[in-house]
Amino acid sequence: MRRSIPAFAAVLGLALTLTACGSDSDGGTAETTAPAGGEETTAPALTGTLTMWVDETRIDVMKPIVEQFQTETGVKVDLVQKVSGDIRTDFVSQVPTGEGPDVIIGAHDWTGEFVNNGVVAPIQLGDKAEEFSTSAVQAFTYDGQIYGAPYAIENIALVRNNAILPETKATTFDELVAEGKAAGKTYSVLIQQGDQGDAYHLYPLQTSFDAPIFTQDADGSYTSELGLGGENGDKFATYLQKLGQEKVLDPALGGDQVKEAFLAGESPYIVTGPWYTTEFTNAGLDISVLPVPSAGGSEAKPFVGVQGAFISAKSKNPVLANEFVTNFLTTEAVQTELYKAGGRLPALKTAAAKVDDPVLAGFNEAGATGAPMPSIPEMGAMWQFWGTTQVQIIGGQATDPAGAWNTMVTNMQGAIDSAS
Amino acid sequence: MSQQTIVPDSEHAPPDSPPGDARPTRGDSSPARNFGKGFLVKLAIVALIDAVGLYGILTAIAVEQWAIMAFLALALVAVNWIYFSRRTLPAKYLLPGLLFLLVYVVFTAAYTGYVAFTNYGDGHNSTKQDAVAAILAQNEQRVEGSAAFPLTVLSRDDQLAFAIVRDGEALVGTAEDPLAPAQGAKVEADRVTEVPDWQVLGFAEIAQRQQEIVGLRVPASDDPADGSLRTQDASTGYLYESVMAYDEDADTMTNTQTGVVYSPNEHGQFQAEDGSTISPGWRVTVGFENFTRAFSDDRLRGPFIEIFLWNFAFALFSVLSTFVLGLFLAVVFNDPRVRGRKLLRALLILPYAVPAFLSALVWKGMLNTRSGFLNQVILGGADIGWLSDPWLAKLSVLGVNLWLGFPYMFIVCTGALQSIPSDVYESARMDGAKPWRLMRSITLPLLMVSVAPLLVASFAFNFNNFSLIYMLTGGGPNFVGTPVVIGHTDILISMVYSIAFESGLKQYGFASALSILIFLLVGAISWWGFRRTRRLEEL
Repeated sequence: MRRSIPAFAAVLGLALTLTACGSDSDGGTAETTAPAGGEETTAPALTGTLTMWVDETRIDVMKPIVEQFQTETGVKVDLVQKVSGDIRTDFVSQVPTGEGPDVIIGAHDWTGEFVNNGVVAPIQLGDKAEEFSTSAVQAFTYDGQIYGAPYAIENIALVRNNAILPETKATTFDELVAEGKAAGKTYSVLIQQGDQGDAYHLYPLQTSFDAPIFTQDADGSYTSELGLGGENGDKFATYLQKLGQEKVLDPALGGDQVKEAFLAGESPYIVTGPWYTTEFTNAGLDISVLPVPSAGGSEAKPFVGVQGAFISAKSKNPVLANEFVTNFLTTEAVQTELYKAGGRLPALKTAAAKVDDPVLAGFNEAGATGAPMPSIPEMGAMWQFWGTTQVQIIGGQATDPAGAWNTMVTNMQGAIDSAS
Repeated sequence: MSQQTIVPDSEHAPPDSPPGDARPTRGDSSPARNFGKGFLVKLAIVALIDAVGLYGILTAIAVEQWAIMAFLALALVAVNWIYFSRRTLPAKYLLPGLLFLLVYVVFTAAYTGYVAFTNYGDGHNSTKQDAVAAILAQNEQRVEGSAAFPLTVLSRDDQLAFAIVRDGEALVGTAEDPLAPAQGAKVEADRVTEVPDWQVLGFAEIAQRQQEIVGLRVPASDDPADGSLRTQDASTGYLYESVMAYDEDADTMTNTQTGVVYSPNEHGQFQAEDGSTISPGWRVTVGFENFTRAFSDDRLRGPFIEIFLWNFAFALFSVLSTFVLGLFLAVVFNDPRVRGRKLLRALLILPYAVPAFLSALVWKGMLNTRSGFLNQVILGGADIGWLSDPWLAKLSVLGVNLWLGFPYMFIVCTGALQSIPSDVYESARMDGAKPWRLMRSITLPLLMVSVAPLLVASFAFNFNNFSLIYMLTGGGPNFVGTPVVIGHTDILISMVYSIAFESGLKQYGFASALSILIFLLVGAISWWGFRRTRRLEEL
């Protein structure tokens, strides 16, 4: 009898570890089956369940809309919150296994990667396409097909602290810097950079030198030809060096730093987007939103970012998904509601026309001529080369700005060539 | 616990264990045959495991994961046999460990090895079947200038049909029969509401047959050039034409507008004779290509040597600095004359208790040139680029790693010091040894016996200390003008990450191959290191 005690102890220990192990591996499969196997067998009385992925930055905006869709159509929506850093990769890797969602809410610059991996289905907006702002539809267009229904637009602009400077007379960026310096605060114009650079926030200045990332067709869509090289690019690079030497631009100023500095009233101007202005107004700052003045003579055009919904290429509920994405999300009432919850300009023109918030109207005006960020899969490499080179020019590591800029263009071309 | 350890021994020299031939007669005393309390508990626990395992098997079948199903089935059989058999005593102890080994080590390693030989990554994300479907779907274009038709879905004997109104006339068509006028159909507001012999599908039925409906192509006429009617939401139809056509027998993709024929190539893509390819491709095995690429890619060769050397220096200096500081503090706080030793020791271990990536982020903020605590407060507004100057960035990385790593060495050395018997020191002192001599001739050699293997392990860990580099500097400051964006503080593993994932296109195959190469490198160094430490034990 004595020996049964250790044996029992061993069995207990083993059982505990095994159940831990078993439930672990089992949890993985159970989790993934739920959307796939579970719903197919639901009773015919229900009209179906739609699985939708959304990240934590968009879920609060989408929740009421999804509930409204449920009550209107009777379709049950399973809204799954994903981490914003993983949602895109998870979608690409899980759609082929059949465990992805039916619908994913995201940004338009995911389009290229999704199409290149064959994980999204083209949608047909039909005549509704004309009811959206051109750049919003263009943003989700890839190789002539539309892959997402846009619902919100955002872009950066110049934000002024009215308590420090009540009006802006400057028409060029140099004058703006002079004006900012005259205000006698720590900074004149804040543009976030960080150690890895930030080409997105410098893009209005770059386009004012007529050096867009890719050349554009007559209808505004991008070609595959790099447009940021040549003489215009050299001029912009030299201008960046000048701004760096004057300490207008500083690699040490990342997103958090510029936000805090502006909130603390250390600068009359900041170039930023609607994601920070809500914090500014909440903190009681009196702000105005203006277009970024030109630095190189041409119009300064920021990148436009568009939020929207994609449909999985392997959705088991394609009709329900289309009902939500192309028929429900594109209505004026829904777009207006999304604007109220999210504070971004609606993509639908009729809904956008009714926006009376002066801050958003200012962003709208500043981004009116902006082109959407390119969504080709190689953009990841482009951003890296771009930001790195800019920050090296600003920080002074690259002493020959035009030379560094040209090396960057060569490397970008190399990355595009090696990928195709 | 002590009783547990007796059991394996009892196999060899048991005071009361039955000899092999006596087993049948003593069978009743075996726990396997003992139907007492212990047996019942064992039965309940194994039954529970069986239930969970069976649930897992059923789930695996539902999602068609045959490998997982087979593994679970084998594991269950093994569990039941081993715990109810009398002859498998050692296996009863080994099984849990073996299962963990299989799931967490062998499987992951084998899968990484498999991926290293494929071109899995962006553009080659799934199977050929999926790629063909995606190419066909992406190349269906709406016929230019065609209208949007309010559409009705019909069914008859399981066959589906679409009904639309064109030029005031109701038309019905199926996959085989092109759109043709339907006699006696009722139309309301441009939408067909009733067709004789056909049943109009309601929303609930549509939801049941979604994939069929979306997959249905109704030819507009006998001429294929007119395109076909299809719908995505079952309420509006559009005329589409297919630009790409897949020939299943010949396994080729043909562009119907240009006539170019694409055939599958060795890299999992459809390729035309002129070399142009269609995206997306699919996953195929590519042999040693990922491995040879690591050595043949011109873009990697230049900065590779520098990163390789820095990687060594980083791992080596990290181990040395943390060990020296940890040992020093351990010796100091091991001295009974120090007051409040327990409290001080607890405080010293604090950095170890904070997650490393969090500390790295905090340090990143403190080292910021303009707003960082170090420059602003401690150095009174200095303008030192702690993370933007190549050499200072390296120093900062080592400094932060020292802060993160010394508590571990401190704990290890404290433990080892306390295990050195004090009479050794006493007798040495009697012989007239001075403190330095004690340290060199007694403390260090005895300490090294137990600590040296940990130093080797620490070296291996720091060699791949991805989270620190990624969170603190992101590899920056970057090299000026290199064709891949990597920086002065990048180590091999963060370089792999940067090339294989951050450069836009994710290349899992290439990343797996590179990580296997790094594993071989670290494995070789560790093997050499452990062999060296064995010599220390011979003291």
